[in-house]
Amino acid sequence: MTLTTTGLLLEATGISKTYGAVVALKCASLAVRPGEVHALMGANGAGKSTLVKILTGAVRPDGGTIAVHGRPRTVHSPAEARRSGLVSIYQEPALVPDLDIRSNLRLTETPLEPFRHWLHELGLEDLDLSSIARRVPLASLRIIDLARALAIEPDVLMLDEMTAALPANLTERVLEVIGRQRGGDRSVIFISHRMIEIAAVCDRATVLREGETVGVVDVTEGSEERIVELMLGEGVVDMPTAAERRAAAARASGATARLTARDLSSGTKLSDVSFDLYPGEVLGVVALEGQGQDELFDILAGSQRPSGGELLVDGAPVSFHHPADAIRAGLVYVPADRAEALLMQRSVRENIALPFTARIRRWGLINAGDEHRKVDRAIATLQIDTRAHGEVRRLSGGNQQKVTIARWVAGGVRTMLCFDPTRGIDIRTKNQIYVLLRDLAEAGAAVLFYTSELKEVQLVCDRAIVIFGGRVVAEIGAANADEAALLHAAYNLRSGALMPEQIVAEATAVEAAVVVPADPPAARPTGPEADR
Amino acid sequence: MRGVAGTSGARSPWLGTAAWRGLFSDRPMIPLLALLAVLVVASEIVRPGIVGPEWIGIMLRAAVPLAILAGCQTLTMLTGGIDLSVGAVASMAGFVVASLAAGSGVPTGIVIALVAAALAGLVSGIGVGVFRVHPLIMTLGMSLVVLGLVNFWQLQTITTSTGIPGEFRTVGSSTLAKILPYSLVVFVPLAAIILVGLRRTGYGRLLYAIGDNPVAARLSGARSWQILIVLYVVSALLAAAAGFLISGLTNTASVSLADSYVLPSVAAAVIGGTSIMGGRGGFAGTIVGALILTVLSSLLTSLGYPEAVRQILFGSIIVAVAAAYTRVTTES
Amino acid sequence: MSAATAPVDSGRVALAGLLGSSARRNAWILGLLGFLALLLVFTKLIQPNYGVPGIQGLAISVLPLALAAVAQAIVVISGGIDLSIGSMMALISVVSATLMAGQSEQFDVAVVVGVLVLGLLLGAVNGGLAVVTRVPDIVVTLAMSFVWAGCALLVADSPGGGAAQWLKDLVTGSIGNEWIPKPAVVLVAVVALIWIPVRRSRLGLSIYGVGSDRLAAFRSGVSVGRTRILAYALMGLFAALAGLSLTASTGIGTPVPGPYTLMSVAAIVLGGVSLAGGRGGVFGPIVAVMILQIIRTDMTFLDVDTNLATVLQGLILIGVVMIGSIVQIRRARG
Repeated sequence: MTLTTTGLLLEATGISKTYGAVVALKCASLAVRPGEVHALMGANGAGKSTLVKILTGAVRPDGGTIAVHGRPRTVHSPAEARRSGLVSIYQEPALVPDLDIRSNLRLTETPLEPFRHWLHELGLEDLDLSSIARRVPLASLRIIDLARALAIEPDVLMLDEMTAALPANLTERVLEVIGRQRGGDRSVIFISHRMIEIAAVCDRATVLREGETVGVVDVTEGSEERIVELMLGEGVVDMPTAAERRAAAARASGATARLTARDLSSGTKLSDVSFDLYPGEVLGVVALEGQGQDELFDILAGSQRPSGGELLVDGAPVSFHHPADAIRAGLVYVPADRAEALLMQRSVRENIALPFTARIRRWGLINAGDEHRKVDRAIATLQIDTRAHGEVRRLSGGNQQKVTIARWVAGGVRTMLCFDPTRGIDIRTKNQIYVLLRDLAEAGAAVLFYTSELKEVQLVCDRAIVIFGGRVVAEIGAANADEAALLHAAYNLRSGALMPEQIVAEATAVEAAVVVPADPPAARPTGPEADR
Repeated sequence: MRGVAGTSGARSPWLGTAAWRGLFSDRPMIPLLALLAVLVVASEIVRPGIVGPEWIGIMLRAAVPLAILAGCQTLTMLTGGIDLSVGAVASMAGFVVASLAAGSGVPTGIVIALVAAALAGLVSGIGVGVFRVHPLIMTLGMSLVVLGLVNFWQLQTITTSTGIPGEFRTVGSSTLAKILPYSLVVFVPLAAIILVGLRRTGYGRLLYAIGDNPVAARLSGARSWQILIVLYVVSALLAAAAGFLISGLTNTASVSLADSYVLPSVAAAVIGGTSIMGGRGGFAGTIVGALILTVLSSLLTSLGYPEAVRQILFGSIIVAVAAAYTRVTTES
Repeated sequence: MSAATAPVDSGRVALAGLLGSSARRNAWILGLLGFLALLLVFTKLIQPNYGVPGIQGLAISVLPLALAAVAQAIVVISGGIDLSIGSMMALISVVSATLMAGQSEQFDVAVVVGVLVLGLLLGAVNGGLAVVTRVPDIVVTLAMSFVWAGCALLVADSPGGGAAQWLKDLVTGSIGNEWIPKPAVVLVAVVALIWIPVRRSRLGLSIYGVGSDRLAAFRSGVSVGRTRILAYALMGLFAALAGLSLTASTGIGTPVPGPYTLMSVAAIVLGGVSLAGGRGGVFGPIVAVMILQIIRTDMTFLDVDTNLATVLQGLILIGVVMIGSIVQIRRARG
């Protein structure tokens, strides 16, 4: 393979793609030099994933050219892209769930020895190749996916949010392995929302905004500001800080809690969780991945029954057998996964009106006027962009998330349970959601807000509880809930206790830091018991 | 580079233009009605003078039972299901009334048939809604059960006379002024209920919702088992009504009376634009779909084509129409 | 909670899960076999002279449906479903019977080879249409069931034709021991010669892969469309074999489709094939077909109305699927 004078390994120019009325990409370009780790950045809906899918043949572009080693290529399928040396790791692992790992390797014609080598490098040496993929944990599947890609030595390896939801130790191994690719004749295209990871491993960054390449930046000290600027295109809304808000305590004193959890338990995942949620406050929930917060929200939303403990709404005990029971008690749930919440083929209007008709006695004729009023008000409150009229699936991710919230706002919110509602959406929409949650609280609603972005706690919450190993280990007022304090609590470290080196590195290296600790929790010097 | 970006045109030439797409996806009724009109014109060309009040009456009369059964498929397909037991239930209903009419009277027969149908629907609904059995399997098993029981019952009641009551023959096969079949008396209210029910009631919304995304429907407080049980009971009752009309139309009461309607009923719903994956479609299109199939059938008969050609064309048209819908409604 | 043991525990749980799953998978087949044995014993009890002729009758009556079930199993494993199997069998049956009537043995061999190729093509047409039009398989194959049935009627509008003597001999009598009926040998041979090599090849992996998770298979470099078409073609081949076995066992071709489509769906569900695709095999469905057939035979012996046998088949179908989903719901809760 001879390089042309440009010396580029991969060059994509003028790539465009439209889905119906939505323009995913217009005139996007990307140039990757050999031996570099190249970041692809952009807010949600900027077209990163579409571009990667086009480069690997999973999606066909409407226009534009792709050249590998200076030669124009058209790739029609991942198999073809693979032969051209382009391999991508997607957010969902590409392993067939009903086949064992060995068969999965046969399917991709992956040589076994290099695969084992990379598996070892990535810290997953004790993998049984005869286990069915369905039964292997997600994090391990991602590592297997990566090892499988590395084993066939691709010219360009594309990683789409590879490190999201990986445990810290594995994230570190992955970053290390990617870093080692630099300087050779192979390249990596790296997509991540974590700026720190970009700074750690990337040489250059291409920034997309609304389907267009708006800049290429050398990743150096202080280039983050420039990247964010390019991604946003305009200024960020300023949020009132915690100090400017009324103190929650003043409001809460004497009032009955809207929602009280007493010793809630769920199998081994959640034990003796107690807290009060008062009207007019946003209570943050902070936890590392998999500490029982999923179970907590499932219980509160009526999707799952607790194995112990009790729930009180406005002081009266309740028990939920179905989400409908929770909704009747005024507890409405906004899941993180929009695909879970939306009717993709139906209109914005029908999606927002869905809860109105859920109960049997509302099965009859719809009061059209009343419905229109409520839905229009919710659309206006959330500033949902309904220009792409018709199906919800044609909306951008941020607008879709707004629809899931609007559904509850339309009927009037008493208690809202938000599970990471800002995950994977652009900064502008995030800000709108922060403002909305504050407004709801000001209007007297109670909001329980789990977030994986620790800095959101001070932006939105009045106070936060921290869950670790299924227990509430700390309660922190917003004024003190900076990232460091939350992180300390999330790892269940006493303040002042010596932090293990790895966690210090983690705290400074990985911005979001919502990851499972490297070792089993209690193997640390300070386990939950040690804290008592 | 902008010049390069303009080199699109990877799309297929037919239905390639946005106008066509928009027409199909936003107003599927227009191309459907156009197709129906083409078929009517073709009938007139093949047999000049045939299209008249009498012909219209005959077409409507034949299309009504099919449209009702296709209504069963429309409703169930909206939730991502299908009801293959409509044939067995319809036959059962017709047969029950015929065999009870002489002894117990027509009203009693109708009530018993409807109760039996509702029971069959209830069982299917419980299987699909509570036990999450795949609707295809559940209704298939149910049709075996109903068919077997009716056969068994037929042998037990072999001595009693089984004649179609006169009322049924009138409603099923007679027409008013040669153009309006009396079966419209049954059909129009049913169709109105289905149309309004799907568009303007909470229950209709929920059918679309659980077909589109059952998890979202659940999280919004909808209890899918309630919806599904009611749905399959309604479907069975509609099938029973169709069974009455078919027995009146054909003046026979046989345990395999409506078997030949099962696949065309699915076909009519598909042609009418209802997605078998759920969440998309409606009954208006289904009615037109039933008319298209009926007119096409008669056109082929008058062309002198054997049954075989009719079947081949039926199949081809379903594939073609379904392909056209898929092309315009899916992206990427 | 003692954290030091946590990884060990989770490892043990994973292992137990693995063992459990493989035991569960085999348990289903073992259970079916056990049930089959029980039914045979029961048959012998209610009909003491049930013996060689009974077994032979069972074998010959099972053959067409067993082949149809294998056909259906392959296509369902690949994530599809084919509702035109019955029509295809009818078409193959009339084509072969019409061509073979009164012809020489050599010509008949050519006919058999020809209709098998025809079966492959019919299957490939179904699969190709489903892939190209992206219409759900259930709709495409339902529509094609009209087309193939129509074609069968065009070939011959009433039962007729003939079959080569050697073909008829192939499915009557026994081979070696009188307890080994020829149809059973034919069935085993056909499955062993066609399906097992495919199952072990990359195509087999691809079929399971595409059925299990189409997107993951696509991203693994599997050509999804081609795999699905090939699965349908294989289905067509087995449907052709089933149609031929109809001709061979009756000596004529019948243009009207039998109940094979729906019965094949019932058989694969009983046989442990997941309708969602990717899971199951062809052995379970074959056993399930035998069970369904013996139940019918037994009910005749017991002088029970055959219509009630139909009811029972329906109930068994519903019952098995219901129990399966209850188990799943329980497991999800626990």
